[in-house]
Amino acid sequence: MKPASRSFKENAVKALHDDGLQQALGKVRYGFVANRAKARANLPEFETLRDQARAIKEHTLAHLDVYLEEYEKKVVESGGHVHWAPSAADARDIILRLCQDAGAHTVTKGKSMVGEEIGINDHLEAAGIKAVETDLGEYLIQIRHEPPSHIIAPAIHLTKAQVEADFRDRHKDLPQDRILEEPAQLVAEARAVLREQFLAADVGITGANLLIAETGTSVIVTNEGNGDLTQCLPRMHIVIASIEKAVPTLEDACTILRVLARSATGQEFATYNTFSTGPKRPEDPDGPEEYHVVLLDNGRTEMLGGEFHDMLRCIRCGACMNHCPVYGAVGGHAYGWVYPGPMGSVLTPSLIGIDEAGHLPNASTFCGRCESVCPMRIPLPKMMRHWREREFEKGNMPAGFRLGLKLWAFAARRPRLYQTLMGLGMPVMAKLASKKRRFAWLPLAGGWTRHRDLPAPQGKTFQTLWREQNGRQ
Amino acid sequence: MSNSSQRSAVLDAIRLSLGVKEGEKSRETPARKRLERHPHNIVPERARRGAKASISLFNETLEGQGATVNRVKTLAAVPELVAAYLRSNNLPAEFRTGDDNLLAKIPWGKTPSLTRQQGRGQGSDAVTMSRAIAAAAETGTLFLTSGPDNPTTLNFLPDTHIALIRAGDILGSYEDAWNRLRDSYGERSLPRAVNLISGPSRTADIEQVIVMGAHGPRRFFVIIVG
Ligand code: SF4
Repeated sequence: MKPASRSFKENAVKALHDDGLQQALGKVRYGFVANRAKARANLPEFETLRDQARAIKEHTLAHLDVYLEEYEKKVVESGGHVHWAPSAADARDIILRLCQDAGAHTVTKGKSMVGEEIGINDHLEAAGIKAVETDLGEYLIQIRHEPPSHIIAPAIHLTKAQVEADFRDRHKDLPQDRILEEPAQLVAEARAVLREQFLAADVGITGANLLIAETGTSVIVTNEGNGDLTQCLPRMHIVIASIEKAVPTLEDACTILRVLARSATGQEFATYNTFSTGPKRPEDPDGPEEYHVVLLDNGRTEMLGGEFHDMLRCIRCGACMNHCPVYGAVGGHAYGWVYPGPMGSVLTPSLIGIDEAGHLPNASTFCGRCESVCPMRIPLPKMMRHWREREFEKGNMPAGFRLGLKLWAFAARRPRLYQTLMGLGMPVMAKLASKKRRFAWLPLAGGWTRHRDLPAPQGKTFQTLWREQNGRQ
Repeated sequence: MSNSSQRSAVLDAIRLSLGVKEGEKSRETPARKRLERHPHNIVPERARRGAKASISLFNETLEGQGATVNRVKTLAAVPELVAAYLRSNNLPAEFRTGDDNLLAKIPWGKTPSLTRQQGRGQGSDAVTMSRAIAAAAETGTLFLTSGPDNPTTLNFLPDTHIALIRAGDILGSYEDAWNRLRDSYGERSLPRAVNLISGPSRTADIEQVIVMGAHGPRRFFVIIVG
């Protein structure tokens, strides 16, 4: 996908004016946040698990070459193949060649952020191979030719009315007078349509949340079961995963999985955690004949041991964006590429270059919530600062230095939007309002504050955090 | 580039970034030891309760996640329970299983209204049944292993999936369950697929509304025996 991160500012302003998007974002902000808080409260060991999960990843990264070689050895022992892809183009070529060798016409896909990163669907389609996304959210955006707007809920920006319109447009052979009002009806239709694709597919491509060196196992975490149908029905299963997904043992995988779902959707555990090791065994009545893993570098080895090393611990849970006031105001598409929110603001410049993504590290209010909820304790605000310092040294600092703050203030023009954002406990606003606890004026918010004062958001924790942030700056 | 040169390109880049010197074998030791010993990390208290408490936690958690859970004393009671469940959900009295030994021991013939077919899952299956080799009470999670006994397709293709587990196989933690698998499959070795299942298939991709039966089973019925 061609990045549109350069126009973050324009994208963001457009997003703030998009009523449909604001309606969709408004619905979702609280669900994830409240559910995570509940899951955390239900597990007294949660904070200790975070510490251990972090330590496991650090240990793995320090021995990444050893663990990847061990992982490879076990995959081969179980009858699978490992392919190494230094770049996105290498990964695309490897996957296309595998699909062509398999004589594939139709490929089903489980949800994979790395698949989005390398743009595998377009590459396969260009070669005449049909690639069908099977995760419901991914399917919804695929038929709209849109990128995901959230790493675990890719269609979070859509309303059911939009989905209905898309389905009527896309599924033309179904009766025109069918009722498609409720999510359950839409889900049932997608299930029926995609079931045919599952059964027809020649190759299934999935991502991997973890690669376990102990056993040569790839792990996917899903709720729908689409990833499982994707990988157990076709003749060939291809796993596409970036190298930092490695973990040493099954025990280590357990620790990370204990914090993953709780941080992501607030579930105690996802419905399906699937551990796959090699192709079907001689006695097995089902499963793929061939099992291939494509290990992608694409910039990771450069991050290793450097300023952005900590980002390699990311397990793609999405908590940082769920809790981010800027993401909450503008949604994921404004970020212009595959990875949105705070993790995207750090990762995207590493993957596509700071020239393309220079605005993103400014898309922050520096409230620190992302870091405080990140299960892997990644210092996201600090790394955004690193990027900005680099840019500053190069004399490239964009004019909108405090872009996130400005966006925020912009949102305050809109009472409803403001209410929602305030629910997130906006420290910047609290800071601005400091003594009076009311705003008489906000940058860019003249239209709204001309007529009345805005109540400033309260909440000790975040004001405290903000002070700490400020102290460190 | 060939696969082997791409392989060394990635591995060399890792070593360069980590500052690994040529022939520095000693740094591999902690990694190899970890793989060999697979030490436990912290295991939550809720996963370390006794057998009885584990079964009730398992039951409670799984039901909270949208599954139906029933317990019977003996295998002989299973056919009636299955027949009643299917009847109450207006489902056909027909289901498919793999070649699992324990499922084969169930006296299906005593309930002639039930038809049991065998084999891997089919796209047209309404109801299937598998046996879970172990379960972790901490999140109401069943461990199902692939193979002729319990083909993986049975877990995902039907509308209604029934899973049977012996009470004694309900353990506290995921780690306990993995150790159970290590006993059966050996160290550093797993069957093709291990499915950790904690409820029926679901999605919240449309406006965050939870809908059951996204692609996998709409209903998940768990029978504890013993
Ligand atoms: S940066 Fe942290 S919170 Fe954000 S997706 Fe990655 S692991 Fe989750």
